[in-house]
Amino acid sequence: MKNFLALVFTLFLGFMIITALSNNEAFPKYGEADVSTRVSQKYLDRSVNGNPGEIIFREATNLESGPANTVTAIVADYRSFDTLGEVTVLFISSLGVALLLGSTKQRRMELDFHPNFMLKVGSRALFGIILMTGIYISIHGHLTPGGGFPGGTMIASSMLLLYLADDEFRAKIKGFKILESAAGSAYVIIGLLGLLIGSYFLENLLNNGVLGYLFSAGMIPIIYVLIGLKVGSEISGVIDNFLTEESV
Amino acid sequence: MMTLISIVEIVISVLLVVLAFLAINSKSLIKSVMFLSSLSMLAVIGFVLMKAPDVAVTEAVIGSGLVTSLFVFTLLAVRKVGKKI
Repeated sequence: MKNFLALVFTLFLGFMIITALSNNEAFPKYGEADVSTRVSQKYLDRSVNGNPGEIIFREATNLESGPANTVTAIVADYRSFDTLGEVTVLFISSLGVALLLGSTKQRRMELDFHPNFMLKVGSRALFGIILMTGIYISIHGHLTPGGGFPGGTMIASSMLLLYLADDEFRAKIKGFKILESAAGSAYVIIGLLGLLIGSYFLENLLNNGVLGYLFSAGMIPIIYVLIGLKVGSEISGVIDNFLTEESV
Repeated sequence: MMTLISIVEIVISVLLVVLAFLAINSKSLIKSVMFLSSLSMLAVIGFVLMKAPDVAVTEAVIGSGLVTSLFVFTLLAVRKVGKKI
């Protein structure tokens, strides 16, 4: 009976959603939407403030927004303030984990699981590769898919492999905490610099350069590397909190 | 006309629903975590086919890497506490 009621309720909700979203002004039929009047087309053309220059890879200079990866242009340039909010959400969640699970005297949790030789060697061999991939993805966030959030999580995954390889291993959490707060503060300070020197919060103060090169897009690679460091150190702290317990 | 890519898309979307059902309804928790992990792995392929590589990278790292290992470690820790009592 309970399952039947759940099914009916789900069908009712689905019907409501589909009728609400089909064929009105905000959600027209598939293929009938006039995309050229939407703001997304302006993001793709980099023409929010007018002046649409032609976008040619490795030739275009002085575009409105520098990154070759359009997703990064939206996430870290047009909507950078939202990203600051996302970073804050992650910070609050790691703070919650630390409040629940953290304590002053900690040691590694003793699990029913002891790494054998293959796991130890394999994890240590993979650690460097995954760490380098994470750093690469953070640095090249404005050129290739990825960016600060996946890159930082990859850095944290490499730390997780070290925890997996050694029963006694614990990362130097104090350094991570300093790195995390420094990166987070630097992001806000960059935003305030834009307010002080330029005209609005998180303004891109540096020259955009030529589209598609590593040293281009002004502030955006700096911001994404900072986000990568912050996310990596935060999630490493969360992993450490999960794998430790209070020493009796 | 059905191209190869659209057939793959349909197979993946059906498998996603099946794996989600199995992840909710399987009796053992570790199996549930494994189904969830494979669901993320298939979702990565789906995102790549939908031409969203940014989302695919994030899903691959977080969904099938970090979340799975944190779930497994939590299950190991819970099992240990259960043995003590």
